[in-house]
Amino acid sequence: MSGIRIYVPGDAVAVACGADELARAIASAASIRKRDIEIVRNGSRGMHWLEPMLEVATDKGRIAYGPVELGDVDSVFEAMLAGGGEHKLRVGPPEDHPFLKKQTRLTFARCGIVDPRSLDDYKAYDGYKGLAKALANPAAIVDEVAQSGLRGRGGAGFPTGIKWKTVAEAQADRKYIVCNADEGDSGTFADRMIMEGDPFVLIEGMTIAGIAVGATKGFVYIRSEYPHAIAVMNDAILAARRGGMLGNSVAGSTFAFDLEVREGAGAYVCGEETALLESLEGKRGLVRAKPPLPAHKGLFGRPTVINNVLSLATVPIVMDKGAAFYKNFGMGRSRGTMPIQLAGNLQYGGLFETAFGITLRELVDDIGGGCFTGRPVKAVQVGGPLGAYFPRALFDTPFDYEAFAARDGLIGHGGIVVFDDSVDMAKQARFAMEFCAVESCGKCTPCRIGSTRGVETVERIMRGEEREKNIAVLTDLCNTMKFGSLCALGGFTPYPVMSALRHFPDDFNTAPRLQAAE
Amino acid sequence: MERAAQILAEHRGTEGPLLPILHAIQETFGYVPENAVAIIAEALNLSRAEVHGVVTFYHDFRQEPAGRHVLKLCRAEACQAAGGDALAARAEERLGVRFGGTTKDGRVRLEPVYCLGLCSVSPSAMIDGRIVARIDDKKLDALLAETDR
Ligand SMILES: Cc1cc2nc3c(=O)[nH]c(=O)nc-3n(C[C@H](O)[C@H](O)[C@H](O)COP(=O)(O)O)c2cc1C
Ligand code: FES
Repeated sequence: MSGIRIYVPGDAVAVACGADELARAIASAASIRKRDIEIVRNGSRGMHWLEPMLEVATDKGRIAYGPVELGDVDSVFEAMLAGGGEHKLRVGPPEDHPFLKKQTRLTFARCGIVDPRSLDDYKAYDGYKGLAKALANPAAIVDEVAQSGLRGRGGAGFPTGIKWKTVAEAQADRKYIVCNADEGDSGTFADRMIMEGDPFVLIEGMTIAGIAVGATKGFVYIRSEYPHAIAVMNDAILAARRGGMLGNSVAGSTFAFDLEVREGAGAYVCGEETALLESLEGKRGLVRAKPPLPAHKGLFGRPTVINNVLSLATVPIVMDKGAAFYKNFGMGRSRGTMPIQLAGNLQYGGLFETAFGITLRELVDDIGGGCFTGRPVKAVQVGGPLGAYFPRALFDTPFDYEAFAARDGLIGHGGIVVFDDSVDMAKQARFAMEFCAVESCGKCTPCRIGSTRGVETVERIMRGEEREKNIAVLTDLCNTMKFGSLCALGGFTPYPVMSALRHFPDDFNTAPRLQAAE
Repeated sequence: MERAAQILAEHRGTEGPLLPILHAIQETFGYVPENAVAIIAEALNLSRAEVHGVVTFYHDFRQEPAGRHVLKLCRAEACQAAGGDALAARAEERLGVRFGGTTKDGRVRLEPVYCLGLCSVSPSAMIDGRIVARIDDKKLDALLAETDR
């Protein structure tokens, strides 16, 4: 053995909790002891309350320790040298941890396990098997993806196979694959984790998309708030190109495909697909009117597949294991698994991938462990800043596109933000309107003006001014925004606002508030 | 502006080059200077108004130099749920500036950011490009102390 292998995650969550400093400290602890070690900067396993979670490879598998602080490095390192020995921070084999054991990891199968910058590692863990199947029968790719039931994970839940079919059938001199990695929703980080922990799966998914529809060029549009993801994606693309998996002959085939990373510039609305295309073209991120659909006239006017990171990163396993395998998971019209992101005031936050159908209660109480403040959960917002707030009374809602829609909510990109009973829901409603006002692209009036009027109206209600009348005004305004906005920024902002009002009316009743505030 | 010309040359052949160019300009100068806008417009065959429109649309691009340090505090929902609002108020008070402002001595600029993807270890912040999570009063004060340097 050339020395022991120690994993120190390079995922942004781990780094933000001190992983870079830990990696340096481990290296110096090793050099002081004249021990030969190899440090791998893996992705995160998704148990974020344990980050930074370090692992050591032993002959009995990997043993984890976490959350490790600088002061623990020496003792943890000693335990690692002892072959994964006892320590107060010892987690044991990560895959045996109940949080991971309960999951079904398909999209996230490799995240946290492999070295994200190593093409060899990717291949050793079943990487590029999907591409091999795709190359064996390129004409069947679109149908396989359609049969799997995979729907867009960016929020709208549009069937991925149908989108691809439209682009495949379009005639043009050039077509594009665009990956939407703008991930602006609060409470979401699954795209980031994939890009930082298993970037080749996204590259493979985009390559398969290119072959399926006849596109030779792809762009990954990553928000600028994600410098680590940008760095890892760039490195992985370079490695894939060097390894012959991108370029003029993908994996030795007659297909050409190449990729480029583009950095966003801090505009939430650029996550909306047409605004994103405008931005890629170097313009202001104004939402385009549809039709034409991007599938017909997308980037630079050419037919374009635009998909979320998770949609594309799920394609390789669909191709590898087959549509039937994937479709077997889930409920109703929500097939397969969803990487759910548990965030906010929660004891056990992180990434939980599971088949559709799990209830909010299981996710928040059983898996998430309730609030880290020790107070009762009052509300959860599901699906980002445009998603509805759910009260405990609706915690029996299963995670499923249709079930959430039936309760005036949405699963969006799969983020769940938990709030304890200290939250003021009128304030959250005001924030939703404020956010819309700040981020509106300005093209349509209901969104641009409506949101500003919305902030004012919520404030009036909060001050107790003509409560009934202003609630009617707010309701009206929300209707106008919902039905009159060009895109879902203005169109969905009513979800958090109206759900807060509907489920938490007491918070919009100012008399008790004034007393509470002294 | 020699550097600007060089950046433009490096992006020749790029599809949709304006955002990459603006990022490179801001990286080099710390902001997007007015005279760079003119040079970019000419090179890309755009009007100055068009380039200006793009610069002002995106939150990332600055038209004047930032402070020596930039502290971005996440103000989005998951960070609110973990006590972010109180931290934000503390930062404003300690620095004596509101969000979007720079301290009088040019030491630090305080900016809001809407989610850093660290929502499971919130509240979070970015200081001069470095990310920090699980921020409490003590950690915030340590970050503010860093900006004294
Ligand atoms: C304001 C707004 C922001 C959005 N942000 C994102 C985003 O960050 N990432 C994403 O994948 N989709 C986002 N979407 C959805 C996209 O418009 C689009 O539905 C998605 O990229 C399609 O890919 P999918 O079918 O794979 O989900 C956003 C939509 C709106 C209206
Ligand atoms: S909401 Fe603050 S990091 Fe996501």
